[in-house]
Amino acid sequence: MTEATTEVAVVARDLTRSFGPVVAVRGINFAVTRGEIFGFVGPDGAGKSTIMRMLAGVMRPDSGTITLAGIDVVANPERVRTYLSYMPQRFGLYEDLTVDENIFFYATLFAVPRKLRRERGQELLEAAGMLPFRRRLAGKLSGGMKQKLGLVCALIHTPRVLLLDEPTTGVDPVSRRDFWSILYGLREHGVTILLSTAYMDEAERCSRLALVSAGEIRHCDTPARLKQAMPGALLAVATANARGAYAALEGVPGIIGLLLMGDRVHARVDDAARRLPELRGVLAGRGIGDADVTRIEPGIEDVFVALLGSGIAT
Amino acid sequence: MNLGRLYAIAFKETLQVWRDPRSLAIALLMPLLQMVVLGYGVSLDVRRVGLCVYDQERSQISRELVERFTASDWFRINAKPPDDRAVREAMDRGDCAAVMTIPVNFSRVLAETGKASLQTVFDATDVNTTNIATGYAQGVVGMITADFESRWAASHGVQPPTVGMIDLRPRVWFNEGLDSRNFIIPGVVAIILGLVGAQLTSLTVSREWERGTMEQLISTPVTALELMIGKLAPYFMIGLFDAAFCLCAAAFWFQVPFRGGVGTLILTTALFTLVVLGIGYLVSVRVRSQLGASQIALLLTMLPTTLLSGFTFPIDQMPAAIRAVTLFVYARYYVTIVRAVFLKGSTIGDLRLPVMSLVLFAAIIIWIAARSFHKRLD
Repeated sequence: MTEATTEVAVVARDLTRSFGPVVAVRGINFAVTRGEIFGFVGPDGAGKSTIMRMLAGVMRPDSGTITLAGIDVVANPERVRTYLSYMPQRFGLYEDLTVDENIFFYATLFAVPRKLRRERGQELLEAAGMLPFRRRLAGKLSGGMKQKLGLVCALIHTPRVLLLDEPTTGVDPVSRRDFWSILYGLREHGVTILLSTAYMDEAERCSRLALVSAGEIRHCDTPARLKQAMPGALLAVATANARGAYAALEGVPGIIGLLLMGDRVHARVDDAARRLPELRGVLAGRGIGDADVTRIEPGIEDVFVALLGSGIAT
Repeated sequence: MNLGRLYAIAFKETLQVWRDPRSLAIALLMPLLQMVVLGYGVSLDVRRVGLCVYDQERSQISRELVERFTASDWFRINAKPPDDRAVREAMDRGDCAAVMTIPVNFSRVLAETGKASLQTVFDATDVNTTNIATGYAQGVVGMITADFESRWAASHGVQPPTVGMIDLRPRVWFNEGLDSRNFIIPGVVAIILGLVGAQLTSLTVSREWERGTMEQLISTPVTALELMIGKLAPYFMIGLFDAAFCLCAAAFWFQVPFRGGVGTLILTTALFTLVVLGIGYLVSVRVRSQLGASQIALLLTMLPTTLLSGFTFPIDQMPAAIRAVTLFVYARYYVTIVRAVFLKGSTIGDLRLPVMSLVLFAAIIIWIAARSFHKRLD
């Protein structure tokens, strides 16, 4: 059977889930194509984990449907298991088992033949840079190693759809790079990846993003198009006194939005060419002479704030 | 049912028990400890009851009386208080469980009238000991009386009275030495199996919830039935191992007479283990914290087994309402079976009622346990 590249891998329709009086997911719709890396971006409590759990078939939606690899997940959660892999937000492997034992356990649960298990285990551990740690207890691995082991276990049976709930939270930059190079490799093989993240750099790597806020998908598009959709232009103010600059710029005409990002202030303005010199003037007038104002391309964080009116991370 | 997945679960569970010092201690040390504590510690025999003798007379007769009491293994003389106050104090301090007072004119009254009374006061705070000790005292006095009567008759040149004397010749079967250890120890096996089996399995599912491994596990194709069987298999083996250890200790170390068939014992022990594991698993599924699960499992196994299984307190002596409750105490059937197999050499056929009850319990509990686990977070 030949599969077209535009084949739809995952479809969710009117997905809703409440916990008591709290509506965690509110009638969301999306469709993910085979080979896509689809990211859910949003602050904690936006409903990302609940979406992932419903997709994985470990939590039932109150209403709505999910189709994954052509199978109705809500009606037949067991039939879809062999096609998908789910990595929960909290480390889900056995800390009192070694790296190899965890891999053996998950490979056997998914009925991976012994020969294939060996080959694939070797291949994945190598890609993760974990070959020297095969006999180490999972509990004795670093945070990044644990997440990579989680990914290895999730991939040992070659799933068609991979669900990752905040997979790189608390992971060091090197491990995160390994992690993503594995994900890119999977995409080449037509694996569909859905992940949730609160990291902006990670969001930028996705082929498409769903901006999630208060249980709803507010915008869904490629990172590039989301940036284009952002109204206005972005000016970055770099200064030793970022808080002072933020205070100075509040209420200045032409500024639509202000965002304090560490040692910089991002000012969204209606007209970059006209406002850039004006801002420099305002800052100089308030004694912040070292401020370096330049026009920059917006990041996902800026887009998120511009479109939703609030930040993602702290 | 996929055997590979079953194996994966069982293998993983075995590794986890092997690497968890606490589980290992419950599995291997607990039976040894319990066997020693309960095997040596629990005894229903009343021997060497502490006795205070307040001898007001100090005559030859009174001394002979005291000697007869000491000669039996049933009493030992703890103190000889000189006056009433000392008697009272000895009793209050708990120095003795009984006080025997020989009155000043005991020998004279006995010689003159052929009848005299001997006062014995018991500390009845321990009812059981008091009942048994009273019986012992009556026995000792009965023997002394018979001696005195024949001596009195001889000194007066008449035949000793024989009218109305019925000689009871008791014969006890199955536990000929009336050794309570033979009665207790087979029951200890039920206690240990209940404790170990339910404690270990009560952790098996709750641990996965607590450590967060369950969420990923339920996203795999493993079925609820495979999970249950795979998880219970290692504990079943541990349970049988522990049972074999305890039963061998009973037969060879404590020398409880073993008169039945080994096959009968293995079969019924396996059945009982299934019931216990089923209870532990059920608790583990329902209670998602390890501490809570192990506490509830303890409550469900130890309490009814020690109190209501007939292990120490005979069921036919209980009030009707409690007796009805014991019908649901699965351990009572096993306690009955082990005792009967050990001491009476009973066969499966003799024991069909308790064996069928165990089968029924095992079937119902395993069925409920299998249905109570759902592969969902909510």
